Amino acid sequence: MNLLTDPQMLLLLGGIGGLLALSSAIGWVLARRVRDEQARLVVANLNARIRSWWVMTAVFVAALATGGLGSVILFALTSFFALREFITLTPTHRADHRTLFWAFFIFAPAQYLLVGIQWYGLFVIFIPVYAFLFIPVRSALAGDTEDFLARTATIQWGLMIAVYCVSHAPALLMLQIPGYQGQGAKLLLYLIVVVQLSDVLQYVFGKTLGKHRIVPKLSPNKTWEGTVGGIATASLIGAALWWVTPFSPAAAGGIALLVCVVGFAGGLVMSAIKRDRGVKDFGTLIEGHGGVLDRIDSLCFAAPVFFHTVRYFYT
Amino acid sequence: MTAAPVAARLLAFLTRLITGVRARWVGSAPTSAQRVYYANHSSHLDTLVIWAALPAPLRARTRPVAAADYWDRPGLRRWLACEVLNALLVDRSTGSGSREALHRIDQALAAGDSLIIFPEGTRGDGTSIGDLKPGLYFIAHQRPGVELVPVYLQDLSRILPKGEVLPVPLLGSATFGAPLTLAAGEDRHAFLQRARAALIALGEPT
Repeated sequence: MNLLTDPQMLLLLGGIGGLLALSSAIGWVLARRVRDEQARLVVANLNARIRSWWVMTAVFVAALATGGLGSVILFALTSFFALREFITLTPTHRADHRTLFWAFFIFAPAQYLLVGIQWYGLFVIFIPVYAFLFIPVRSALAGDTEDFLARTATIQWGLMIAVYCVSHAPALLMLQIPGYQGQGAKLLLYLIVVVQLSDVLQYVFGKTLGKHRIVPKLSPNKTWEGTVGGIATASLIGAALWWVTPFSPAAAGGIALLVCVVGFAGGLVMSAIKRDRGVKDFGTLIEGHGGVLDRIDSLCFAAPVFFHTVRYFYT
Repeated sequence: MTAAPVAARLLAFLTRLITGVRARWVGSAPTSAQRVYYANHSSHLDTLVIWAALPAPLRARTRPVAAADYWDRPGLRRWLACEVLNALLVDRSTGSGSREALHRIDQALAAGDSLIIFPEGTRGDGTSIGDLKPGLYFIAHQRPGVELVPVYLQDLSRILPKGEVLPVPLLGSATFGAPLTLAAGEDRHAFLQRARAALIALGEPT
């Protein structure tokens, strides 16, 4: 599919561009209206986030425009950075060095190679079976048994969340949906738009209406008002965007709701890990957002669930 | 036009890419004051990391003090050490060698250079910081005008530990602390203890 000749794709991209322009305009007005110091910081962070959104959108659209290969490479790099942030934050030993080398330079690239050559059968079991079994063996050979299970589980978890789960996003391009052949890029864009809009809207509803915290010990920013408002609105938008997908309007709404709820769960789990490690963000790569893993925490959970839902019901 | 300045930029870029290193200036700012940066040592990457974490104008005037037995080998290493890093290669093998090393360090400071040193003398396992060698006291004593800046390197031993050849691309960091000077009447032991404590304190979570 050529991105530049697909009217639905262009319409969706136009909508995203318009939304970003509107956000920038609102941010510009807010920056001129706030007075007190606390609000100034919030607005400065908001504007940093919006600037980063422009950059992330440009990179993502450029990758989509090159077709399958660009998307696979972009998500492979995303996984690489996410795994880097994850492992940096979690304790591993000197004896894990070679194991980590395998994780970064053998398992992660191999997983994306499988996505690239569209070998579904191995793609879906490669990390859960082969990497899962190999990692403890390699660490055992290094001979350090202190905290062995915790160290092994950490590396396995990092590969699962940052590589395996994320790789299901570009894997959407390999789905053969009757009547929707060669249009996987639109499905990928749809997933990203719904998941990220859900994040953004939860943030907006939380900042404006948020009162009652869901898990106060875990995250002060996740409130019932923000979460319900954000998920409901993003699901409605997901239903309204049914025309870019192979779904009916009702099915699009249902799938969007599922993806948003699962994405919220992902954000919650990643917050728990950050809280345990005593940090606010996984990294600093994306201005205003934190690290790569902070931006894609909900996608990590949503991508595999979305992939398998579509695969089960539509192929 | 020589290849060295181009290689220096490339090397600094590659170092930052592989180690993801960020410079955090908590007790001092990157100024042009003459300084001796002293750091904990656990990886062959340490020298490169501090050097690459400095802003380019400071980098050009800051010379890593490096062991001749590792760097002064024919070929790429010597070229990197001498031409690109402008390293001050010292012999750490014998007792008289260390006096010679201090003399060369003093000469470089007299010439106005800033230096990077690893006062533990050798690479540790990355879990704790060893006792500091007296050279640091000697510098503080001889050159009171030079700022001694502690630099705490984090996670470098996880990126490239002792005895490994292949790096794992985690995210390291270099934290630059407040400059130290020798207090009036402070003896060698007390000063080295204080310098070590300053380094350890930088590594503690805030």
